[in-house]
Amino acid sequence: MTTASSVEPTRRDFLFIATGAAGAVGVGAVAWPLISQMNPDASTLAMASIEVDISAVPLGAIMTVKWRGKPVFIRHRTPKEIQEATDVPLAQLPDPQTDKARVQKPDWLVVVGICTHLGCVPIGQAGSRGDYDGWFCPCHGSQYDTSGRIRRGPAPKNLEVPAYSFLSDTKLKIG
Amino acid sequence: MSGPSTFVPKSALGRWFESRLPIMGLIHGSFVAYPTPRNLNYWWAFGAILSFMLVAQIITGIVLTMHYTPQVDLAFASVEHIMRDVNWGWFLRYAHSNGASMFFVAVYVHMFRGLYYGSYKAPREVLWILGVIIYLLMMATGFLGYTLPWGQMSFWGATVITNFFTAIPLVGDAVTTWLWGGYSVGNPTLNRFFALHYLLPFMIAGVVVLHVWALHVVGQNNPAGVEVKNVDRDTVPFTPYATIKDSFAVVCFMILYAWFIFYVPNYLGHADNYIEANPLSTPAHIVPEWYYLPFYAILRAIPSKLGGVTAMFGSIAILAFLPWLDTSRVRSASFRPMYRIFFWAFVLCCLGLGYLGAQPAEGGYIIAARLLTAFYFGFFIIILPLLGIFETPKPVPATIADAVLAKNGGAVMNPAE
Repeated sequence: MTTASSVEPTRRDFLFIATGAAGAVGVGAVAWPLISQMNPDASTLAMASIEVDISAVPLGAIMTVKWRGKPVFIRHRTPKEIQEATDVPLAQLPDPQTDKARVQKPDWLVVVGICTHLGCVPIGQAGSRGDYDGWFCPCHGSQYDTSGRIRRGPAPKNLEVPAYSFLSDTKLKIG
Repeated sequence: MSGPSTFVPKSALGRWFESRLPIMGLIHGSFVAYPTPRNLNYWWAFGAILSFMLVAQIITGIVLTMHYTPQVDLAFASVEHIMRDVNWGWFLRYAHSNGASMFFVAVYVHMFRGLYYGSYKAPREVLWILGVIIYLLMMATGFLGYTLPWGQMSFWGATVITNFFTAIPLVGDAVTTWLWGGYSVGNPTLNRFFALHYLLPFMIAGVVVLHVWALHVVGQNNPAGVEVKNVDRDTVPFTPYATIKDSFAVVCFMILYAWFIFYVPNYLGHADNYIEANPLSTPAHIVPEWYYLPFYAILRAIPSKLGGVTAMFGSIAILAFLPWLDTSRVRSASFRPMYRIFFWAFVLCCLGLGYLGAQPAEGGYIIAARLLTAFYFGFFIIILPLLGIFETPKPVPATIADAVLAKNGGAVMNPAE
């Protein structure tokens, strides 16, 4: 081995650095597929959008559809519910967002039915919609309003609004 | 503790083999001639009980995989198939599911024993930390295994636990999607959980080898908390003394285990898990398995998502720092009058948190959970460091033999003399 910097590098020094560099690159190159394989695969990604017929949802009712393995709530809101959602001062909201920013048509609220706390499905059946007329999460007690915004409880954020568009008055595309 | 092995095989074949691979000498030195403190009580038998439980879980688990199908449409039915059709399937599954509970019963006794007798103090810090790692691996294995039957509690337990990772700032959602292999808990999740549930017990076995190795380097602690000074006076050989005592304790423990399997096999489970997983409906009351309840109570006591998750993981991680948080030089609680009181208060605190973890998160339960969470962390961060300064310990016996003598009020019977 070399003992002083003035000495010419030996063939062993070269081999040590070259092998080390090739080894580091090789480990990285093999680690990437091993890590990446755990991300959603092509068949999962292919199911990324769905079309829903909403003509059968009566006023005041909530339709639940499955999108990417998760429930999506499609809520046909009554004028009273819309009023409640728009009347709240933003200062009262843990995650301030206007109702307008969360809907495309005021009659229809579309949100992912997953509590932003730890992923449970909030309950929205008539009669058990929580203190704010929206949803109540049975797991840890989060309360959502008629715009799907968090009002009370441990959840940090409002219910997520998925990407969606109205294909017609009665047809919705989610994703 | 153990010097160079003096083991010489009796047979010529044995000597031939030993000179090529000295494995019999290793076993003899570790489990036959190995000197154990003569004052060990039955709380020290739980290491052997845990070894037994690990083997029992691996054997029943491997057999169950021969009949189980890790696929979302088939998993639930395959478990029922095991229960109804497979020969002795009900027994194997109940032995495995209750075995997990028995494993945790034993590990909690083992950990509290270490806490009471100061087994984590120098020179046993690495031994203790290896134990904390085993405990973490056990918790991961238990959680992964509980997902496999694909019932409602399986699914929603997996959903809640994996959602802990969404609390990580910036990359939380990406990490969670990566863990799921999708946008929610689904077939890829079940598949990988099955693979990991099969892998982790062998990792536990590997760390157990390190744990036992570290134990045999520094030697066992003992109820007096003083080091072995004279091997002849202070210790007895592992075989027959510890071997018989441990075996007897394992058999007694198996009576409890068998009682659960044969008389109340579902007592520790949840009825909801006999309903197949439904991603569109969360059960009204999600409760983890009993052995996670204290941590679940801590999670829910903190009124913030990131805060709750941090406190929950912190409550386990803090155990690894215990050797440095406890400033007292006296090991055993037998000679620490104030520590002994706080130790039992801590035991009650953990049981209380366990009770609260099973209750709904509302009203007085949340207030109680917050008080107990404060005490849990206060015990480690405030009480233990201060006790070492303010507590006056009782006189500690000079040797293990003296401790035995003081207890029995007579001469030490010494088989080695």
